[in-house]
Amino acid sequence: MTAAPEITFAGQAAIDGAALFAPLSLSLRPGQWTCLLGGSGVGKSTILRLIAELDTGAAFSGEISASDGKPVQDRVAYMAQEDLLLPWATVAQNVTLGARLRGEKQDGARLAALLGRVRLTDHISKKPAELSGGQRQRVALARTLMEDKDVILLDEPFSALDAQTRADMQDLAAELLQGKTVLLVTHDPAEAARLGHAIEVMSPLGLTACATPSAPAPRSVDDRETLETQGALLKLLREQSV
Amino acid sequence: MTRYLPALIATVFAVTVWQAIVSLSGLPKFILPGPALVAETWWTNRAVIAEHTWITFIEVMIGLVIGALLGALTAIQLATSRLARMLVQPMLVFTQALPVFALAPILTLWLGYGLWSKVAMAVLIIYFPVTSSFFDGLMRTPPGYLDLAKTMQATPRSVLWKIRIPSALPSLASGLRLAAVYAPIGAVIGEWVGASKGLGYLMLLANGRAKTDLMFAAMLTLGVLSILLHWAVRTATVRLEESHSGRSRMANKL
Repeated sequence: MTAAPEITFAGQAAIDGAALFAPLSLSLRPGQWTCLLGGSGVGKSTILRLIAELDTGAAFSGEISASDGKPVQDRVAYMAQEDLLLPWATVAQNVTLGARLRGEKQDGARLAALLGRVRLTDHISKKPAELSGGQRQRVALARTLMEDKDVILLDEPFSALDAQTRADMQDLAAELLQGKTVLLVTHDPAEAARLGHAIEVMSPLGLTACATPSAPAPRSVDDRETLETQGALLKLLREQSV
Repeated sequence: MTRYLPALIATVFAVTVWQAIVSLSGLPKFILPGPALVAETWWTNRAVIAEHTWITFIEVMIGLVIGALLGALTAIQLATSRLARMLVQPMLVFTQALPVFALAPILTLWLGYGLWSKVAMAVLIIYFPVTSSFFDGLMRTPPGYLDLAKTMQATPRSVLWKIRIPSALPSLASGLRLAAVYAPIGAVIGEWVGASKGLGYLMLLANGRAKTDLMFAAMLTLGVLSILLHWAVRTATVRLEESHSGRSRMANKL
């Protein structure tokens, strides 16, 4: 696999002429997690969707580019808050969805290895309805990894889970997505503090780069500096929302 | 057994009301025959009724299969082509503004007095509900699935077959359940306009000869046929949906 690129986003978006966000520039450092933290409706998901070239309903002017000059859209894998598992397909079919949609040959060995890493080997032929919320999100993570892309776009993928499952998923994702360029959009300061190599707080005023704790990510849930960062981030969010 | 108890009670209640109206009104039996007389007539004419029921059943089944196929194909065509939507959709709506009954005489003129004019009526009457419910389903694919497919560089064709159609199958199933109720109506209208066989023909014939009891017997048979058909389609589609979604009946109850 080639080294993950740096992704640079610069520009502004407007809906029906009204600015959704002012001109801003965001760079996703290669092989690292960038957490984009902000309240609802601030446009953070729009940035992620623009990078993936998904419909946003907004007019974008600006530039999205990769450090190696290759097009961005076909090297991203996407994971959303909903697991987006097809209810009629088995775990194996869901994980291999990308290959099936492109009519490519499926890599059985890779599928088995990935299911092992997300601890779902025993559930390979089950349908999503038979799984718990955490298991379903692990299937979605495996599906994201199966795509073998350099750039991973995560749109609040853990926010519907309960606290302990969320922490488990954060650890697992941090482990499995090592070396990839990751953009994590979240409204949870704790999540940003645990996972970010870089943390950007997004508000109507623009982006604010914030200090990250010194421990390597994923940081322990009771790490003092991480908790302090979480507090500082929440404080900043509250100040900026006024 | 307890599953059927409410239906049994409702039937007994309906028959009792029917008998009460007959007894209290004192209407002559060629105007309103009582349940006992209808049952007796049904039994003595069972061979004739069975023969005509079989004809109507065949018309309905062929009509259902053709109508469901045509409806499903139309829906897929509409869902995948903007041009088809522009050209065909207004026409579809317009045909629904016409009473299908008004078309029965012309269909008989075109297709003759035999089986096919009735099949055509059944097809016409179920075509729209099947098309429209399946089309709605195809246009309402959860947007998240489409986003995901787009990031995976899926072709429109594979999105249609692997995502849009499977996710619209429950809508198709509800269209088919409606079709099962409408199809016998279509066939019987066809038989009224011109036929020498079928339950609709038998009803008309019995009515013309003031054999009201036979008319009732034929009509109730048609009702039972429709209910059985609906039940069969419902059971089949529900089972299909369960295996489709991986949810069992038990899981739904939880």
